[in-house]
Amino acid sequence: MPSPCDFERPQAAGTFRGLWETSMYFLKLILRNALRHKLRTGLTMLGIFVAIVAFGLLRTVVESWFAGAENASSTRLITRNAISLVFPLPITYAERIRRVDGVGRVSHANWFGGVYVSERNFFPQFAVEAGTYFPLYPEYRIAPENMKAFLLDRKGCVVGRKLALQHGFKVGDVVPLRGTIFPGTWEFVVRAIYDGADAKTDTSQFFFHWDYLNETLKKTIPRRANTVGVYIVGIDQPSRAASVSSAIDQMFRNSLAETLTETEKAFQLGFVAMTEAIVAAIQVVSFLVIFIIMAVMANTMAMTARERLSEYATMKALGFGPVRLMALIFGESLAIAFAGAAAGIAATFPVADWFAAKMGTLFPVFGVSRDTVIMQLAAALLVGTVAALFPGLRAARLRIVDGLRNIG
Amino acid sequence: MVIPFSYTAKNLMARKLTTALTAGGMALVVFVFATVLMLQEGLKKTLVDTGSPDNVVVTRRSSGTEVQSGIDRAQAAVVESQPEIAYGPDGRVQASKEMVVLITLQKRDSDKPSNVIIRGLAAQGRELRPQVRILEGRMFRPGSSEIIAGRSIAERFRGAGVGEQLRFGMRDWVVVGTFDANKSGFDSEIWGDVDQLMQAFRRPVFSSLILKLSDSAQFANLKLRLESDPRLTVEAKRESVFYAEQSEVLANFIGYLGLTLSVIFSIGATIGAMITMYASVASRTAEIGTLRALGFRSSGILAVFLLEALLLGLIGGSIGLILASFMQFLTISTMNWQSFAELAFSFTLNPAIVAESLGFALLMGLVGGFLPAVRASRLSIVDALRAA
Repeated sequence: MPSPCDFERPQAAGTFRGLWETSMYFLKLILRNALRHKLRTGLTMLGIFVAIVAFGLLRTVVESWFAGAENASSTRLITRNAISLVFPLPITYAERIRRVDGVGRVSHANWFGGVYVSERNFFPQFAVEAGTYFPLYPEYRIAPENMKAFLLDRKGCVVGRKLALQHGFKVGDVVPLRGTIFPGTWEFVVRAIYDGADAKTDTSQFFFHWDYLNETLKKTIPRRANTVGVYIVGIDQPSRAASVSSAIDQMFRNSLAETLTETEKAFQLGFVAMTEAIVAAIQVVSFLVIFIIMAVMANTMAMTARERLSEYATMKALGFGPVRLMALIFGESLAIAFAGAAAGIAATFPVADWFAAKMGTLFPVFGVSRDTVIMQLAAALLVGTVAALFPGLRAARLRIVDGLRNIG
Repeated sequence: MVIPFSYTAKNLMARKLTTALTAGGMALVVFVFATVLMLQEGLKKTLVDTGSPDNVVVTRRSSGTEVQSGIDRAQAAVVESQPEIAYGPDGRVQASKEMVVLITLQKRDSDKPSNVIIRGLAAQGRELRPQVRILEGRMFRPGSSEIIAGRSIAERFRGAGVGEQLRFGMRDWVVVGTFDANKSGFDSEIWGDVDQLMQAFRRPVFSSLILKLSDSAQFANLKLRLESDPRLTVEAKRESVFYAEQSEVLANFIGYLGLTLSVIFSIGATIGAMITMYASVASRTAEIGTLRALGFRSSGILAVFLLEALLLGLIGGSIGLILASFMQFLTISTMNWQSFAELAFSFTLNPAIVAESLGFALLMGLVGGFLPAVRASRLSIVDALRAA
């Protein structure tokens, strides 16, 4: 018995050329079908476009939330007061931590929490021990001559490239900060601008000399002088992080300021965990948008299939098998989904750039990752497949007589 | 002649799958829209109810939050002696010198650490907050290492339930009670005796003073005098304003995120409605021609299709709202960026949100249905009848 589909295969059946022509013919049919209702296809594609852009943007927001933890080095530990970050540690701990076996460099930093002009311009500010801090963070690239200028000026500060661009800071500018934790108005001179080693480095921070903070506190609030917020502990081997951490904490047990030492990553994840309800909500919503567009797309395909029932019956009568009919429907659905998604993925990049510019330093690192693009493609595949499922099955199961009787 | 409503309703019933998918898409959008509004309302309720307009919070100038503030004993004594402050029935001034710090506690279910506010109160502290009542156990005894925990802290944090112990400041603290603060921000705090806590944390200064005004209108006088007194470096705010400002960033964030999402999602759902209505018009061309031939006016046809789209929106909106109303059983807890402390709040539904959500759903239906309805009403009778 000859194959029912032989009519669409020209003489060279079975050869590569024949296969090519058959599939080209098939693709043409799918394209023609998709373009039959230009308005409907256009609207559906627009919907998918919007959904894919929204999905990509939301995924990027979630990713940038974790960026601080992702970039954390495995050779840095953070030692802080065990009660909470609000409580400081005495500066005398530095020497004792340095003596712990496996510890390389030790530096310290204080969260400053100043306000630049208005609360709206939030950016992180740290008072750091410059001589030891920057060697621990090689990802902050500073020109040697600028670094020297910074080290020589007690009121100097180092700002990140992103922060400098946002507020127009240039080397030599004076930046006033109104202290919230440390009262008064503080003035700093920009001595250097640091760049990130790669695109993932946070360049929205502001550093100045811990000595400047401390000497001022000695005069104004002596009881708060000689304290630090956190110690940054550089270790020789990442594998010794656990033993070094417990050795440090053991040393200060039952003292007035007990410590809690953890890897930089764990420290950063602690912050993320506190806001995880919001991250979770954004994640849920990013999947909801895919569900919504799935409903829209499924609706389009259901209507298309309903209108063409008599056509499917005719094709079946001509010898098209159920698999081929299903392939036709799936192909159409996937073609629409991927066309919309391709435009959406292309638009995600400029939209993300615009969003990052609007948000300023709220999201220090904000870029569309490869994973996000892959997830967008996967979402398009899912939407296209699910939408074609019911109409495809319906067409495959259709009895020719019923279909021909159908008047749409 | 008016086309009966049952015609519209039956049209939606005729295509069940399409109607369900379109209404389902709209329901999801309305669900997100309503949930965001409910979250904002819940946050507002939590923080606005925390403060009373008769109470005044005094903190160090430009410190922003109580945790960052510090007021030494000499300044506190000056603040406490202002004439606008009310006196209690026992003849004592209605002012509470308080200490507020953050401690890190582990959650019961996930072990994840979170910052929790611990507040030391003076004896008058509780009288200044009449919404707080003890749920279980009793109030802490002044002068002892006893603490009481807010409802949402006791439920979610390890060691914060009645009879359990927390260790901080080189002491073990016994939780002797839990309290309910009527869903206000105090539900996310732990309370203890201010002198004991200051001793344990080695803090020689208070964080803030809470004062009750004898006459609410006296606030401006008090504020002016406190802030211009050369001995003081403080600022005074009404408690209600103070707490509203504490959540400004979080409320703005939720607001902007919700607005952006609602706009994006509604584009999707409106497109869905438009596709459905266009298809509805196309498949009923002959029917429309017949109706026109029978004498129904084109304005009637326009009304029928608009009504169908609105009905679709209403169905979607109602389903979305029903789904969203279940969210009221959930409590969200997150870190408030301004105070760096854990804050629990719940989704709150009110009539205004119901009205806004349904209005939003109807709007989506209207926008989606308008162009198809215009097309339907403009079909010429002859062409439409020929299409059959």
